[in-house]
Amino acid sequence: MNPETVDAAPVVLEARRISKSFSGVQVLFSVNFELRAGEIHALMGENGAGKSTLVKILSGFEQPSSGEILLDGHPVKLPANGAAEALGIVIIHQEFNLAEHLTVAESLFLGREVTRFGVLDRKYMRAETRRVLDLLGCRVDANALIGSLSIAEKQMVEIAKAISRDARVVFMDEPTAVLSREETNFLFRQVRKLRDQGTSFVFVSHKLDEVIELTDRVTVLRDGQWVKTAPTSMLDGESIAQLMVGREMSSLYPAKTEPDVDEEVVLRADSISTDYVKDASFEVRKGEILGFSGMIGSGRTELMEAVAGLRPRLSGEVTIRGEAVPSGDVHAANRCGLAYMTKDRKGKGLLLNSGMTANLTLQSLDQHTSLGYLNPTSEAASLEKARRRFDIRVRDGNVVARRMSGGNQQKLLLAKVMETEPGIIIIDEPTRGIDVGTKQQIYHFISALARDGRSIIVVSSEMPEVIGLCTRVAVMREGRIVGMLEGDEISEQEIMRYAAGLKRMAAA
Amino acid sequence: MSANEETIQSTIHRRTWRDVDLRAVAPFAALALLLVVGAIVNPNFIGLNNLANVATRSAFIAIIAVGATFVISAGDLDLSVGSMVAFVASLMILFMNSGVIADPALMLTAAVVFAVAAGAACGLANGLITTVGRIEPFIATLGTMGIYRGLTTWLSQGGAITLREPQIQELYRPAYFGSILGVPVPIAIILAVTAVAAFILYRTRYGRHVVAVGSNSDVARYSGISVNRVRTIAFVIQGLCVAIAVLLYVPRLGSTSATTGILWELQAITAVVVGGTALKGGAGRVWGTICGAFILELVGNIMLLSNFISEYLIGAMQGAIIIIAMLVQRSLVRKS
Repeated sequence: MNPETVDAAPVVLEARRISKSFSGVQVLFSVNFELRAGEIHALMGENGAGKSTLVKILSGFEQPSSGEILLDGHPVKLPANGAAEALGIVIIHQEFNLAEHLTVAESLFLGREVTRFGVLDRKYMRAETRRVLDLLGCRVDANALIGSLSIAEKQMVEIAKAISRDARVVFMDEPTAVLSREETNFLFRQVRKLRDQGTSFVFVSHKLDEVIELTDRVTVLRDGQWVKTAPTSMLDGESIAQLMVGREMSSLYPAKTEPDVDEEVVLRADSISTDYVKDASFEVRKGEILGFSGMIGSGRTELMEAVAGLRPRLSGEVTIRGEAVPSGDVHAANRCGLAYMTKDRKGKGLLLNSGMTANLTLQSLDQHTSLGYLNPTSEAASLEKARRRFDIRVRDGNVVARRMSGGNQQKLLLAKVMETEPGIIIIDEPTRGIDVGTKQQIYHFISALARDGRSIIVVSSEMPEVIGLCTRVAVMREGRIVGMLEGDEISEQEIMRYAAGLKRMAAA
Repeated sequence: MSANEETIQSTIHRRTWRDVDLRAVAPFAALALLLVVGAIVNPNFIGLNNLANVATRSAFIAIIAVGATFVISAGDLDLSVGSMVAFVASLMILFMNSGVIADPALMLTAAVVFAVAAGAACGLANGLITTVGRIEPFIATLGTMGIYRGLTTWLSQGGAITLREPQIQELYRPAYFGSILGVPVPIAIILAVTAVAAFILYRTRYGRHVVAVGSNSDVARYSGISVNRVRTIAFVIQGLCVAIAVLLYVPRLGSTSATTGILWELQAITAVVVGGTALKGGAGRVWGTICGAFILELVGNIMLLSNFISEYLIGAMQGAIIIIAMLVQRSLVRKS
């Protein structure tokens, strides 16, 4: 099923039957992958398909649970923590690993500075930096501070860093996510030039058009499994999208209940703009579950934070049951019965060093306060209720949040948000990093809340989740709502078309 | 899966010795140890008179440190408290010397209100500079530390400011030297301040917010807490505690100078840290702080009463204590 090209170049790096589990959850199932000399190989898949894990394993940042890695045909154990660079395997991260206060030359030689008689040989390092930058056709000054460069230039410096280490294999994780079209074109020209000199690239991207334009071969992963490897010329955007999502719906989800068409509109967002989100409008009815889909970085969280008052709006109106909510005012939004549940439960949701009670009641301490006195009995009663209602299972009632499992943390966070008895709940990534059993429970909680007459917005990067739960789905791309799907239109293919920019809602 | 088993076990949760937070207990254990050491070094040490004396002398640092517990729990730091003591005390004495109110009792009452307001205002200034001005608390209070100290030097013209009215002096003296039901007034005030502070920190909404902000200000913000207001109020509480310390300090000598309260900020911070409050915020222990203040004073006292360590090494000893306290805390964290 994998048509061989006639004059196939030798394979540089190969993964054979790689499996990987993180604390009992298997994320890669016996995946094969081969990278030839002088090719640009796209690695595609939905969020959570296992692309990042595979990249980390092939660059030595993670060790596989089983399977082997071959470099030039010989089995190797890649050294950890970036030491694989010595073997010519370099990874360019999505977030740049550049210190803003260093110059370009200093960044290129960071950690392997050249010295003469114990003194830094700046002249040599500058000359070498110039040489590598010229090789890339990049006109950045070797003495410029990293902080003064544009994002595209930083990306080029990262690539120069890779080249200056005589990289044979370069992994690029969403390199164009932050680039403009011209910058992307420039980057692609350099990448092709290096490819023609024999460097191999692994290109991880969600942008189907770029994959088609740049890459030689495509490998698609789905749910941690290898699906297909084929020359890019034999595929088109539609077929790649099909390969990425082709999956059946399971019984993970409760039956959908659609709200009446004439049910009251409880939340109306009108042309919301922030520094990233542009002109986003939507409305939610009572008892409705509205989904928000799109790629990571499409502006969903920014939009929701702006609606919830956690982030200032540049323009636009939010009205809850007819009452206007001022920009950047969390309290006003809370008073109107809107609650936002963050996707970052460890960084923004829970106090990891505090126990369950302190976390549960943090947002709703007023309910337990009389004349300034915080009643521990009332708090304990709330915790007992929440533990039963959301099935929070812990061995020790005094456990700090840090020691709870991801699933229990998520249930505790949901319980915390529900303590304020909101009528509208925005749930950002309801099931990130939790096991399937708990996922199912959370889906049922969400469904039950909606049947109770609450309105719920589910923001999720996992398409099956949005499809399985929601009666309407908004798709965002680059800060805009580009599609609003209903009923039978809600399918992975359709969402993917909007999210990848192949299709766009007609301007209303 | 053992989930069912887990739920069952959770409902019959028992309190065992392992539930006791060693970090909370450590300062009290250290205090007990010091008492034993002191008794061995010098039998006079363990006498009620000596201990009451030590506790009385620790009053200033203890009360200031209670305020510092709030600021530090909220993730901030206040270096200006020593200067603030000198400044507020100077203002208070100058006010009493001004003679705007003839009746001594009325004058004293007004002066007390004045001092408390001045302390709160100084704290508010610190709070607003850190939160509204968005300046690191270390830098902001380093600045106000210089300002309060400089203003004191200017008010006193480099010398001392002394309470002149003998009637007020007479009336005010018992505030430091008197006793209530046999308990010296400073000790009673330490206990009262600490009890109120503990109530606020552990049993009110505001206290919970302080710990949340110090523990993770993002979580606090996403929970709808006004982070800046919580931090500012912590600085005001610190100012109020400084004012209370001043109210005890003025009757003691009836005078202040530009050198009043020098290095008190470090002693207060030491007391807080020795008491088990994390310097990076998120965990406040008011009773531990008091314990820390006693430990500092006790160590000095033991050194004075013993013959084999020079009392000139007290500063070095206090410095060593803070390092030892941190090391002990760290090792306890690792174990738990």
